[in-house]
Amino acid sequence: MSVPTRPGGTAPPLPPLPLPRSPGGGGRQGRSPKKKRVNESISTWRLTDRIGYVLMWAAGLLLCAIGIGILAYMAFKGVQYLRPQLLLSSPTADVDQSSSGGFLDPLLGTILITLIGIVIATPIAIGAATWIVEYGRPTWLARLIDSGIEIIAGTPDIVIALFGLVLFQQSIFGWMSFTAAGGAVFGRSFLTAGAMMSLIALPMVFAATREGLQSIPLHIREASYALGKTKAATIRRVLLPSVKANISTGAALGMGRIAGDTAIIVVLLGASLTLDPEGNVPGLDVLKGTGSTLTSYVYNNSPAGEGNAPQKAYAAAFVLLLIVLALNFAVDLIARSGAKNGLETSRLGAR
Amino acid sequence: MLHRLKEPWTDRRAGLLLGALACSVLAVIVFMLVFIAIKAWPSFANNGLSWFSSKGSVDQQFDAMVNSGLNPTTADYQIGAWPLIYATLLTTFFATFFGLIFSLLSAIFIVEFAPERIRRVIVPVVRLLAAVPSVIYGLIGILVLAPFIGNSVITAEQKSSVQFVIPLSGTGLGVAIAVLTVMITPIMIAITVDGLHSIPRAWKEGALALGVNRWRAMWTVTVRAARPAIIAGAVLATARALGEAIMISMVAGSKGFSPNPLDGLLFFFEPVRTMAATVVENAESINAPAMQSTLYALALVLLVGAFFLSLGSWIAKQPLKKYGTRS
Repeated sequence: MSVPTRPGGTAPPLPPLPLPRSPGGGGRQGRSPKKKRVNESISTWRLTDRIGYVLMWAAGLLLCAIGIGILAYMAFKGVQYLRPQLLLSSPTADVDQSSSGGFLDPLLGTILITLIGIVIATPIAIGAATWIVEYGRPTWLARLIDSGIEIIAGTPDIVIALFGLVLFQQSIFGWMSFTAAGGAVFGRSFLTAGAMMSLIALPMVFAATREGLQSIPLHIREASYALGKTKAATIRRVLLPSVKANISTGAALGMGRIAGDTAIIVVLLGASLTLDPEGNVPGLDVLKGTGSTLTSYVYNNSPAGEGNAPQKAYAAAFVLLLIVLALNFAVDLIARSGAKNGLETSRLGAR
Repeated sequence: MLHRLKEPWTDRRAGLLLGALACSVLAVIVFMLVFIAIKAWPSFANNGLSWFSSKGSVDQQFDAMVNSGLNPTTADYQIGAWPLIYATLLTTFFATFFGLIFSLLSAIFIVEFAPERIRRVIVPVVRLLAAVPSVIYGLIGILVLAPFIGNSVITAEQKSSVQFVIPLSGTGLGVAIAVLTVMITPIMIAITVDGLHSIPRAWKEGALALGVNRWRAMWTVTVRAARPAIIAGAVLATARALGEAIMISMVAGSKGFSPNPLDGLLFFFEPVRTMAATVVENAESINAPAMQSTLYALALVLLVGAFFLSLGSWIAKQPLKKYGTRS
């Protein structure tokens, strides 16, 4: 978490560690000579230790059970309800589940919003990470930006959504969404939602890029300088190419985060089921228009939303889960060499 | 002019450009705070400190705001948001509490005790749980857990005993806490695992050499030394739980009701609605000025809460740096 330019190495002495109050129960007498590790048998432990040990196993196995249970249940429901024509037909407003269409438009909406979000987030995140690692002066500003990104990572998505609504209803952002005759800006479109989604992905790309840059040894930079390259050229030709894998990891994680976010979609993408183009400029009209994504489709088709169609919700949720898992799998493929234990905090969206 | 663009960038220009990109992050935060605060001001101004108190049914107050038209008076702004704040505190506290125990035990298991074969399963499971979108958790909660609780756990007598106060359908505080716990556990596990890994191995080995068993060495030395990381993880997870909107709005019953702890077990079956869920559910009627201001006021409270939690997590993590490991 610390800003790398901060002088380190002046670590204060370690605090005295509390020693165990008692030697526990790991005696050596009376053990059968076959056992290699004396501590392996918990029957000699104190009762509290044994309770803790059993609880720990229970927690670990419960965790496995929950994860596998969710995956198996969603796969079962998905296979049960997902039909190819659901992926190829547009949704229609109908109370009956058999005739309310598929979710082609939400699927396209998810892809579109993910691309917009990541296209906006990546350059800003790379720029910020590069500046913090390679420049980072003045130090207080670098620290401020570092914690600023942490704050953005911790901001609830619903707050980001409301911020987007008030921001993009300003008249200077009128080109991004539907503008009424009186000059009132609607503020809801793929562009505005994607722009706010970039704030969701930004911390992940930033963390991955910074981690990569920090792990490049100093002598690589010095070699580049020795060849007469400027700092800017070093960054562009040496450093950024060598953290390409990190950037891709962060981007894939960010895309997974964007694809799974619902609150911003519900508030900022309007409530139309299908892609609803706005204006008459080809290309821009879809971006300016409203639509839906898989997440809002699931939300609206669940009992909590207005269209109560659990079968459609399960099918769409299964597709959404597949997309998110595919992105996570991509992360594994990209970062296979660098993975230490697979539970790096930056990989789970917590920094 | 154009030929100047083709020249290699000078360090100064590159530094300025990158610095500007980095500073745009700060600008976003400042804008966010300012815009939301401006929008939220009428609600706070018309209510004063009683905004945080309880003034009868929140749902009726929301209805009045939606119907108040384009020029609301002070009376139209009236809201006592305490039931929503109370619901947020309840779900957040219980989820963090259960999640802390659960994730600490799981993290110890992953780091120290899990056999290789189980570890190969549990690590991808944690990452899966972190990756599952909140709407899917909500879907499972509302289509699987809530009907199960509504049909099998709550008895008919329990339902009829409170039917004039609040109808019980299965969706409620308990389901919300359960699903929220599962949602925030992966972050806590990841940070705790990180913290446990960062403690020098020799410390624990010293304890082992003194003859304590493996559990006690782990519990009294490594876990104790990694306390800052554990707390930081819990605080970060609290921020996650605080802002969770979609899942809660699906499974928590969505009623502005304050569950009474004196109801015993029924307490966990009573419906609630947190602040974040309120915002997401009423986003459609945001064009009514009174409603809009109130929703932004809720968002401001969430934003400030999340800000302080981020700060708290950062402060909690500081002691770990002494060990010379990266956090």
